[in-house]
Amino acid sequence: MDRRPWPDGLAAALAWGVAMGITAVFGLVLADLLRHGLPEISLGFLLEAPREAGRAGGIGPVIVSTLLILAVCLLTSLPIALATAVLLAEFSHGRSGFARLIRASLDGLAGVPSIVFGLFGNALFSLALGLGFSILSGGLTLACMVLPILIRSAEQALREVPSDYRRAAAALGISQAASLRQVLLPCAAPGLAIGVVLGIGRALAETAALLFTSGYVDRLPGSLLDSGRALSVHIYDLAMNVPGGEARAYATAVVLVVLLLVANALTLGIAELWRLDGGTSR
Amino acid sequence: MSLPLRPQPCLEVRQLSVSYDRRCVIDAVSTVMHRSRITAIVGPSGCGKSTFLSCLNRLSDLTPGCRLSGSIRLDGDDILSARTDLIRLRRRVGAIAQRPNPFPLSIRRNITMPLEHHGLRHRDRREAVLERVLRRVGLWREVRGRLDQPALALSGGQQQRLCLARALALEPEVLLLDEPCSALDPVASGVVEDLIASLRGATTQVIVTHNLAQARRLADDLIVFWTDEGRGTIVEQGPADAVFTSPQSAITAAYLSGSRG
Repeated sequence: MDRRPWPDGLAAALAWGVAMGITAVFGLVLADLLRHGLPEISLGFLLEAPREAGRAGGIGPVIVSTLLILAVCLLTSLPIALATAVLLAEFSHGRSGFARLIRASLDGLAGVPSIVFGLFGNALFSLALGLGFSILSGGLTLACMVLPILIRSAEQALREVPSDYRRAAAALGISQAASLRQVLLPCAAPGLAIGVVLGIGRALAETAALLFTSGYVDRLPGSLLDSGRALSVHIYDLAMNVPGGEARAYATAVVLVVLLLVANALTLGIAELWRLDGGTSR
Repeated sequence: MSLPLRPQPCLEVRQLSVSYDRRCVIDAVSTVMHRSRITAIVGPSGCGKSTFLSCLNRLSDLTPGCRLSGSIRLDGDDILSARTDLIRLRRRVGAIAQRPNPFPLSIRRNITMPLEHHGLRHRDRREAVLERVLRRVGLWREVRGRLDQPALALSGGQQQRLCLARALALEPEVLLLDEPCSALDPVASGVVEDLIASLRGATTQVIVTHNLAQARRLADDLIVFWTDEGRGTIVEQGPADAVFTSPQSAITAAYLSGSRG
């Protein structure tokens, strides 16, 4: 008879139980969201402006504000993150005091609670730089917040590119800049994309840092200097401050989840194209 | 193959010492590699052969903590000088690694990307070079129909020939080969070896090999490295025939006869 001794059986049962439990929690959250949220969703809900503090109307301007904040965040953080990661992974040999200082700062930043980023963004962007409550303030604050994630994952992705490629490029008299552009970055693209996905996830989910920076005006923003309400802020507001807003909060959450999934799929798709493009373009 | 009667020096190494983080791995070696000939470097593992080779195109610069002293003259210019244009040097001195290392790009891009980088602007001319070098290494008929497919899908032997083609496309004066056959199966190894032999007279080649039979087949000149308490030195050098038939040092005699190393 092939019977396992009981401690093994118990450990296996526990492991299965925990795994099933986690899956069940995720399933329950999703089911709950869809059950309450789906009936509320219609084309009008996606396009119209909110009325009666969000109890009626839609979330059109909120979606637009969210996308604008996300765009500001990524357009500013990505170039900085990429440049820093290249410096750390390719130019510092990883052991200079400067590189250590940067890494320590990033680890510190990664541990800062988002509410603190909100206060910092409010003090710096909204007040000191005079941007007020605006899409720009919110996006820049989020950029500060996602930088550590982006930089560390991009550095990791670059480090995982085999050093054979660097030597091969150098042996052919190809400059470091060109080998980065043509070989190393396309190679690291899938890893870079994972970092961007994590960053987008954190940015889209953020509420606290945006309350003090991009504000909660639910009108369609006319420029980046207007205040705009993000989806997460809208959900928070509907759930906490608006009696009878629960159904709309659920529906908004469904939209947020879908937006997140679409953004992730787009990011991974672009990375794959970039990786392949190095291989096929003439 | 007819060779010039008086071999002309191409690379002259004088008192070259190499250290990694102050640990000396090559101790004051001096030697000469002759134009258009094949110089084989043999010796036991860890005696600094590959390190020596990587100094000849300054690829050693990529290793953190690596310091060189002495001089290496390529046609009279000291390539260890701080003024050396590394990009130009590496165009003149090509290199093939032990493990084939094509870029994770298409077969075509592996050849054309470096050409583009070195200023060959016309696509037609790049395509012409592409065909010429692929024919030169005998790959053209095997890959002509799939030039835009990933180079990494090729077999090991084909990848190594692609790397050779990629190096030849830049028309180097010197080709450094670091055990180019050791990661290949016997058939592929034979093909690459024949290619190296066929470049004799056209390109100055310096090949590091563990395979004494291969050294015997290929080399015009032979350099025997040995290690003395972790410090690589040259124990014997000269025309390959002479060194193989009547080695001067006892270490070389024992090594070449297979009883040591």
